[in-house]
Amino acid sequence: MKTTITVNGLARTLDVDSRTTLLDALREHLGLIGSKKGCDHGQCGACTVLVNGARINSCLSLLAMHDGDQVTTIEGLGSADNLHPVQQAFLENDAFQCGYCTPGQICSTVGMLQEAADGWPSQVMEDVAGLVDLTEAEIRERMSGNICRCSAYPQIVAAIRSVAGDAA
Amino acid sequence: MSSVKDWAAPNPITENRGGLIGKGVDRYEGRLKVTGSAPYAYEVDAPSRPAIGYMATAAIAKGRIARIDTRAAEASPGVLLVWSHLNAPAQAPRGTRANPRSQRPSNPVLASDRIDNFGQTVAFVVADTFENARAAANLIEIEYAAEPGVVDFVASLDQADQPPGEEDVHIGDFPAAYAAAPVTVDETYESPVQNHVQMEPCATTAWWDGDKVTVHTSIQMVKGGQHALAETLAIPSDHVHLLTRYIGGGFGGKGQSYDDLILAALGARALGRPVKLAYTRQQMFHGTIHRPAVSMRVRLGAQPDGRLTAFAVEAVTHCARKAIFTEHAANFSRNLYAAPNRLTGHRLVQMDLPGAGPMRAPGEAPGMLSLECAMDELAEKLGLDPIELRIRNEPDVDPETGKPFSVRQLVQCMRQGAARFGWERRNPKPGQVRDGRWLVGMGMAAAIRGNFLLPAKAGVRIDADGIITLRQGMTDIGTGTYTILAQITAETMGVPMEQVKVEMGDSDFPPAPGSGGQFGAATAGSAAYDAGMNLRKALTDLAVGDPNSPLYGGPAEYVTFENGNIAIENRSETLAALVARAAPQGVYVEGSISPAADARDYSQHTYGAHFAEVGVDTVTGEVRMRKMFGVFAAGRILNAKTARSQVTGGMIWGVGTALTESNVVDPRYGSFINQDMAGYLVPAHADIVDLDAIFLDEADDKANPMGIKGVGELGICGAGAAVANAIYNATGVRLRDYPMTPEKVLEGMLAAGL
Amino acid sequence: MRPFTYERAADALSAVKAVAENPGAKFLAGGTNLLDLMKLDIERPTHLVDVGRLPFAGVEDVNGGLRVGGAMVNSKLAAHPRVRELYPVLVRALVSGASGQLRNKATTAGNLLQRTRCAYFYDTTKPCNKRQPGSGCSALEGVHGAHDAIFGASKACIASHPSDMAVALTALGASVETLTPTGASRTLAVQDLHRLPGDTPQVETDLAPGELITAVLLPPPPEGGQVYRKVRGRASYAHGIASVAVAGGRVALGAVAHKPWRAAHIEDALAAGASPAEAAEAEMAKADRSDRNALKIALVGRLAAAAIEESKTRRVA
Repeated sequence: MKTTITVNGLARTLDVDSRTTLLDALREHLGLIGSKKGCDHGQCGACTVLVNGARINSCLSLLAMHDGDQVTTIEGLGSADNLHPVQQAFLENDAFQCGYCTPGQICSTVGMLQEAADGWPSQVMEDVAGLVDLTEAEIRERMSGNICRCSAYPQIVAAIRSVAGDAA
Repeated sequence: MSSVKDWAAPNPITENRGGLIGKGVDRYEGRLKVTGSAPYAYEVDAPSRPAIGYMATAAIAKGRIARIDTRAAEASPGVLLVWSHLNAPAQAPRGTRANPRSQRPSNPVLASDRIDNFGQTVAFVVADTFENARAAANLIEIEYAAEPGVVDFVASLDQADQPPGEEDVHIGDFPAAYAAAPVTVDETYESPVQNHVQMEPCATTAWWDGDKVTVHTSIQMVKGGQHALAETLAIPSDHVHLLTRYIGGGFGGKGQSYDDLILAALGARALGRPVKLAYTRQQMFHGTIHRPAVSMRVRLGAQPDGRLTAFAVEAVTHCARKAIFTEHAANFSRNLYAAPNRLTGHRLVQMDLPGAGPMRAPGEAPGMLSLECAMDELAEKLGLDPIELRIRNEPDVDPETGKPFSVRQLVQCMRQGAARFGWERRNPKPGQVRDGRWLVGMGMAAAIRGNFLLPAKAGVRIDADGIITLRQGMTDIGTGTYTILAQITAETMGVPMEQVKVEMGDSDFPPAPGSGGQFGAATAGSAAYDAGMNLRKALTDLAVGDPNSPLYGGPAEYVTFENGNIAIENRSETLAALVARAAPQGVYVEGSISPAADARDYSQHTYGAHFAEVGVDTVTGEVRMRKMFGVFAAGRILNAKTARSQVTGGMIWGVGTALTESNVVDPRYGSFINQDMAGYLVPAHADIVDLDAIFLDEADDKANPMGIKGVGELGICGAGAAVANAIYNATGVRLRDYPMTPEKVLEGMLAAGL
Repeated sequence: MRPFTYERAADALSAVKAVAENPGAKFLAGGTNLLDLMKLDIERPTHLVDVGRLPFAGVEDVNGGLRVGGAMVNSKLAAHPRVRELYPVLVRALVSGASGQLRNKATTAGNLLQRTRCAYFYDTTKPCNKRQPGSGCSALEGVHGAHDAIFGASKACIASHPSDMAVALTALGASVETLTPTGASRTLAVQDLHRLPGDTPQVETDLAPGELITAVLLPPPPEGGQVYRKVRGRASYAHGIASVAVAGGRVALGAVAHKPWRAAHIEDALAAGASPAEAAEAEMAKADRSDRNALKIALVGRLAAAAIEESKTRRVA
């Protein structure tokens, strides 16, 4: 079936099997290998992309559900010679090792920072109606949907702190 | 054969004039990884669009396939082939080797109707798309003739035997000394099956060109994969070109190849087009190896002053019947604490589970979970601080062999760690510190992990533009190998990092053993260093022999390499100028390393100390980390940034070991009940609070020419025990069964009346 | 995943009719649970009707309470100012569940209708009466007791409902508004939406084929503090071993039954002046005791008592 999505600013029309997930569409049909398949069941976060600005697991979404959507993948954030500030922070803080969860961590960070800026609550807030103070505990909780088996968690939090600080 | 005497001499790495050794430079391949442009095995560009493979797996633990019906799958849309044991291509019999110097034997897939473990591959589908391949695989109907198997480890402990070719180590008279000891501990500790859960499931893309196959696969050992595939397909090794440039985590689980490698190659040959195949996350749990469960009895006998007089560590573990493997969980204890009367050994149960095998720090990782808690228990009985108890049992020489230690800073690690962590805040009496609904406690543990050096080669070339390219059949599984090899090469050659390229993960390159056993950096790095030294010699000869060089005429022994220049005092030229003029086709040399015979005269290890602070929810038994700090001594550190990431990553594995990680076997089915990442819980961001590590200054000139040692596995060794000891200090509840889940902690608290 | 056809619903009634008329059809909204199960060949729809973009994604003030659209995603519901003001227990339950990414996709209605996470339900090589009615329940004698139901289970099924949100909705006395294939709308309490397993654990709710949850109705917040607490091995991004929602004098328990469990005995005891511990004990005395769940029963009792105690100090909406 035919679906048109805008990926990293470019309109793309795909005519593929209705069973094709957004993740497989990106990886197998659009050549965008940055979004990773770590579990294919929403349990690891390696496939995280931004759809209309919101971070989602692209493995648990059909391409067909995204007709007309704006999709941003890791490839849309920056390139090797023009890194996005979050990519730069990950590089400098050694916030990755094997690199397989990394695009998902970075896309998730971008989405998470917007959610925090919008004042969305988290379970570590003392009062869920209160204001968001993006402490390390908040970052850890809000990033928990991205597993890193190499366990670069301390460095990822440091990287996010460095860009969140810049933004403030 | 090299000698440690040669290694003690100053060299460009130990002199470190360029300052690159130890510097926390960013990862060499980092820009590719943060932009998602590093292609992993399933993502490489193939000559044409690959067909997609998908495996069907066995639903029983033991028996045979009584009937298999693949007709519906064959008729399913887009299907290109369906194989079972009835029609799979011929492969060499299991375990055979035909090629010279093969490191791995044949490992055929779909070779018979026998089922040896749950999750074994029983059929293979290739289709035009992933969606069609998966759907067709689900249409295969199989009837099994199941047979009873041995799948329950705890119920099978009485079947444990001495591992083939191994004997217990007896020193002195343990039974007598233990019987005479005034203070004793005799406890058994259990750790479960654990899984690597690498973020990238195993995957291969394969294609053929005539009778030669190219495979991109996710594997830690280049030669092992190349040889396994060649043997299985009964083709010469050099007909297999294996590439593994980016690997999404290994941790020992990708030390061997799996069915994806064989099936992708066979499928591509049968179809005459590229085929790619990945394990699903669920298939990874049963289709690849795991760390076996370990049951360890520790008996310690001490004098009132804390000196150990009797010391026994005995481990029972398991492996698959068809893949004998011993988790040497007691080995580490042979080198750790002094005690004149000693008994250490292993027992092995052969079971009908999937293959057990190495996982990050095999031996130490589960092994230290026992002894490092037993030492905590003994310290409390003696009224001693756990650090003091360890210091009182610090050996002058290796307690088993009597050999000198190459270098040993265990005591310094514990002392520095105590100071940096704030160990003096710990109340030695457990169950005393409250913070709202939490009980808070601290624990510590020692860390030890062996250091190894294996034979390896490396090639290095310099081109007319001055770019120096290191080539090695080595792998980087996230360990930082690309980066440290670039640092070693740049420092050896006296050039900036930007002038160095590193190419790895290719069976055509000079071989290195790969990533594992924390031997990678020392082994591959030493070969790279040697290749660099050989290139220096070649360039020196070129310069002093070239009338157009300012260095013409020598003396060769005064030639230096710095800042991209080759020089004799104030006579210098750039390497690029020299090569462009004197060898415009470039210069290529190789180097190698081999273990030194006299290195065996030393007891050689890496050491550390872990400190953990936890909160335990008094209502629910949930344990949450509050702080963790590690101090490590592991030779000269090549890269402050990547080395720290290695040890903190290991420490976090220790947290998972202590709190959540366990593959539970259902004995009725012989399968793991949790077989995805929602059921097998590895640590998430929220679990890791205030965790850091430092290295002590050290150089180990008995290790290799660079004085470096491995760091990839040290961080996990003992880490889980530190957490367990903190749980005890928080609650007064001593758990000896990992992981310490809320249910187990609550059970202990209820029993203690909490 | 079996082949299926996909349509994006133009309006609610045609969506409801499309599903009602086709026994192989299912609604698709966020997809976070349905696609998960389809990939494992556990769910096998032949037609998907995507209701994710129907205009049921807002929050309105209604009679002192709120009306929440069934297609509203969990994260936006948790972030809505009126929800944060009135129903902190619901916000806390929502943000205790899943991950930021999943909450951006999962909907209110879909969260209610998610299926159990019982490991034996997920493993298609094992008998499961939910997956294959009549095949047996392998969890009954299974090794993973942590997520077992301790209330209202049957010999056919001891699976528990995994939702956090539904536990808070139950404590708040919320109801769902549905659209039936006839075009009529009906309302039923969240606590009556799900069924106990009995002999038919495959039938999980009282919804008719094709009946679509269009909204959740939240009554005005109750007097008293609101608390949600969840127990799990990992600090985040893990299903609960147990959870409790307290909203004033109303209490519900999670991961303890085939449905979010209204703890009526606790409520009655509290109303009669019992202490939190006594009230919790009254509920746990009614649990289905077996040789494998004593610990879970103890855990849930302690958790409920602690949460009720905590609710006394919590903000009143």
